[in-house]
Amino acid sequence: MLTALLALGTLAAVIGLVLGYTAIRFRVESDPIVDQIDALLPQTQCGQCGFAGCRPYAEAIAAGGADINQCPPGGEATIQALADLLGQDPKPLNPEHGEHTEKTVVVIDEQACIGCTLCIQACPVDAIVGAAKQMHTVIASECTGCNLCIPPCPVECIHVVPVKANILTWTWPKPADSSTPAARHG
Amino acid sequence: MAERANMQGRSQQAFDRLYRFHGGLVLAGHRELTVTAPIAPAGIPPLLVLPLLQHIGEPAKVLVKPGDTVLAGELLARQVGTVSAAVHASTSGTVVAVEPRPVPHPSGLPAECIVIETDGRDRWLETAGGLADYRATEPQLLLERIRDAGIVGLGGAGFPTRVKLTSGKQAIDTLIINGAECEPYITCDQRLMLERAAEVIEGVRILQHIVQPRVCTIAVEDSMPAAETALRDALEALQETGISVTRVPTIYPTGGERQLIKVLTGCEVPSQGLPADIGIICQNVGTAAAVYRAVCQGKPLVSRIVTVTGAGILTPRNLEVRIGTPLSHLVSTCGGYTQDVERLLIGGPMMGYTVNSDAVPVIKTTNCILAVTREEMPAPPPAMACIRCGKCTEVCPADLLPQQLYWYAQSGNYDAAQDYDLFDCIECGCCAHVCPSHIPLVQHYRHAKTEIWAQEKQRKKSDLARQRHEARLARLERIKQERTEKMARKKQVLTQGAGGPDPKQAAIQAALERVKRKKEVAGISPGNTDNLTPEQRQQIAAADQRRVAQKNGDRQAD
Amino acid sequence: MEFTTYSSPHLPPGGSVSRMMGFVLLALLPGSLCATWLFGWGVLVNILLAGLAAIAAEAAMLAARRRPVLPALQDGSALLTGVLLALALPPLAPWWIPVIGSLFAIVIAKQLYGGLGYNPFNPAMAGYVVLLISFPLELSLWPATDRVLDLQDTLLLVFSGNLPDTLTLDAITMATPLDIVKTRLGLSETLTEIQGSGVLGSFAGAGWEWLNLWYLLGGLWLLQQKIIKWQIPAGMLAGLFLTALLFFAWNPDTYASPLFHIFSGAAMLGAFFIATDPVSASTTPLGRLYYGLGIGVLTYVIRTWGGYPDGVAFAVLLMNMAAPTLDHYPRPRVFGHDES
Repeated sequence: MLTALLALGTLAAVIGLVLGYTAIRFRVESDPIVDQIDALLPQTQCGQCGFAGCRPYAEAIAAGGADINQCPPGGEATIQALADLLGQDPKPLNPEHGEHTEKTVVVIDEQACIGCTLCIQACPVDAIVGAAKQMHTVIASECTGCNLCIPPCPVECIHVVPVKANILTWTWPKPADSSTPAARHG
Repeated sequence: MAERANMQGRSQQAFDRLYRFHGGLVLAGHRELTVTAPIAPAGIPPLLVLPLLQHIGEPAKVLVKPGDTVLAGELLARQVGTVSAAVHASTSGTVVAVEPRPVPHPSGLPAECIVIETDGRDRWLETAGGLADYRATEPQLLLERIRDAGIVGLGGAGFPTRVKLTSGKQAIDTLIINGAECEPYITCDQRLMLERAAEVIEGVRILQHIVQPRVCTIAVEDSMPAAETALRDALEALQETGISVTRVPTIYPTGGERQLIKVLTGCEVPSQGLPADIGIICQNVGTAAAVYRAVCQGKPLVSRIVTVTGAGILTPRNLEVRIGTPLSHLVSTCGGYTQDVERLLIGGPMMGYTVNSDAVPVIKTTNCILAVTREEMPAPPPAMACIRCGKCTEVCPADLLPQQLYWYAQSGNYDAAQDYDLFDCIECGCCAHVCPSHIPLVQHYRHAKTEIWAQEKQRKKSDLARQRHEARLARLERIKQERTEKMARKKQVLTQGAGGPDPKQAAIQAALERVKRKKEVAGISPGNTDNLTPEQRQQIAAADQRRVAQKNGDRQAD
Repeated sequence: MEFTTYSSPHLPPGGSVSRMMGFVLLALLPGSLCATWLFGWGVLVNILLAGLAAIAAEAAMLAARRRPVLPALQDGSALLTGVLLALALPPLAPWWIPVIGSLFAIVIAKQLYGGLGYNPFNPAMAGYVVLLISFPLELSLWPATDRVLDLQDTLLLVFSGNLPDTLTLDAITMATPLDIVKTRLGLSETLTEIQGSGVLGSFAGAGWEWLNLWYLLGGLWLLQQKIIKWQIPAGMLAGLFLTALLFFAWNPDTYASPLFHIFSGAAMLGAFFIATDPVSASTTPLGRLYYGLGIGVLTYVIRTWGGYPDGVAFAVLLMNMAAPTLDHYPRPRVFGHDES
């Protein structure tokens, strides 16, 4: 009896020491979890998740104060990536926070713009160029489609336009998988 | 290390020992449809549609506008940056539009094109003509000619030829001219070698002069004996000893650049690298002929040979086609469609893609039009589950595991797919051809690749957006900081100098004095306040009045 | 003119799953006929029962899973599973043995995992093992080769469990050579003694050696037709032969000869038809070699020291478990990459 206790006890101690040593010696430095989460978010800075931008949302997820399915622009791909990163189960997008729509940008109708700079102040990525009493215009390549500039505009001259697919952005469609009922019955 | 042949002690007959690559298929050639008839001119269509992007790289920038008359060979759009190519008018006519039009692309999406209504007279632009003796010319000038002629790889990829010729960081040892047309049905390169061997060889000589390789050979398949004989005869007639002809086995896809290099030299092009990295350059025979025309005849790339074939064409044959000719024109030149035509392919049956309409034009990289009937190519049977038989692995020329790639690509696990070297896949189609479950493997891989690229692009975009957002937050923070500091300073001054002269007035006074002194020093004075004309004086008075009125008006409004 | 869109490649494909399965069934024909000649009508009855039960089970499961039934049945994989199971079962077993085995193989070992292409374990072997463990007595009813029953008596026995008065079960059944050799070696008899008793034939177990030979010929034909590749059969036979050779060389009297092993029991059937089931086996060339070797070695281990006379079924199932790992590690060098 005593020998058994001693044997197992020694074994446990030795293995514990080895594990502890390898945990310290072979430690891999990685980014803090907030940075990793933020890297997966689409950076639209739209606030639909309920937080003031992507970084605060990332911090909330890391702190456990937010769920991973609150980002409509990220859509399913982002939820899946977050689930993989955090070791959780993916869940469907929470409809309270919005729907996942196709990519859009905004365009300012220059005939109607009055140069009030309210939209410039609202844009989270400074994608609108202009100054007081000067023409405002949206830099389309920098616009993330967050639509935060639309409510402040007093003359409602900002319109949402979908981003058209062209040859350079087109992707091959996934072939139909005839082995699942969903693919066949639609 | 990958098998490397000993490059040092090679004789001129260096390519008598051939190597093998893994996998590959022996396919029925279907070449008898078009290989016997000589190349016929397709003639000039009533309308030419010239896309601005017919190559790999940046689209060309258009220089003409609707209404301009152009001559054949005239520059219509210049290249943008290094990896780009110019677009020339294939015949004379008038530009009627510069707008999006359907282009040959699997997506079926339109792209920007120059549309020319031809006048049928085919008048050519006056140029300096060809070089009398290119051997006396600097390679740099020859390269510029090739660049200005808008020459891209005519084998199918369309990489700008001049960039390819100068891509090596080290000296080029081997120049391979690719005449190993391996896809079934296609015979345009074969007929080119057969009928215009002298042009091809002259083009190869020009390339040799530019690249200065140690060894040079033209690769032909063993199913092209007539073309091989024509080349050998022409080499003998020209007494050319610096170029050899090597016969390679007709195994698909030997004509692929990397596979051909392996077969001829035993060397494997490094995965993310170029053949030039190992001292080899590979050019298509058609590109060589185009180089000859550009250098020795002064003609830009405005036409190419296209194989029009398939059971869906009445009289299939090879045609010499002006770039920009709609496919429908080619088909009618070949007698039109047969009754039960069902599919229209651009390219060969293994790697080509279907197009929905024959209104799309021939571009620089169009080597073949296949119109097939249902009997010739039945609709693919429905895909079944993968039974893990491994036949795909047996035939893959890139030594990949197509089965694993399929599992991961299908389930969206793109990281694992890349880990299994998805981007080394050349999309040859061998795996899908042998799959007993009829799984469209190549489409899965193409989907995965384009999805990964799209995700990459999206990631870069979000990184940029994050940077801009953080910069904006920093800017706002900085402004807030400056404001608080300013407030603090003002408060400090106020609390300190309570009894002295008004600090604000003192600051204004000091500023005015600074300005006056500066003006005196620089001798600046307002130059337009003396010697005013009566009209000017009137204008000034009117402006003054308006200003006072507005001020009073404002005060009233307050 | 407008056309339809298709994906490349566009050439008509050469093979299909049903073609593959058809070839395998054809290759089993010589072996099945030899088995019928050796053991009587029971073999054919088993094949019929197991085949029909397999097809019925597959059709029912596909309908329950709401998948198209006819295309899946046409691929012939269910029929093949049934036939392989039938050939592994003793010909005098009651009718419900092949039926239950087929049902388990198709319903649980194949369809519940997702159908063709998704089962991690060989369905025929899974069915066989379940029967072996649950009904050991019924699975030992191999007929004596010199007292083969005629058709009427066979049907009577298989379906009703009764025999005509003139016969008893003991009289018409006999243990297989593998079983006899194993038991007697366990009783410390030597092989030379066993040799004299007539259990062993020309080069392996009496009767069974010819059965294995016909399976070998069928398998070689499959190889030539490129339906299967050489790595798995070669690996399995090499594993079995070499391990047996090792021990036989060490002590020829207590360990059976390698030739005996590769021509006994289900060795050839296993090497060419069972282990080569593409879905549950390894897929990379090197992985397949290791897979085959593993099955061979394990078969010898179970036969010699395990509790059952033939270890092919268990060996196959054990290596099925190892197949994903075998696939993952030996990856061939990709074109253009260095060895790494």
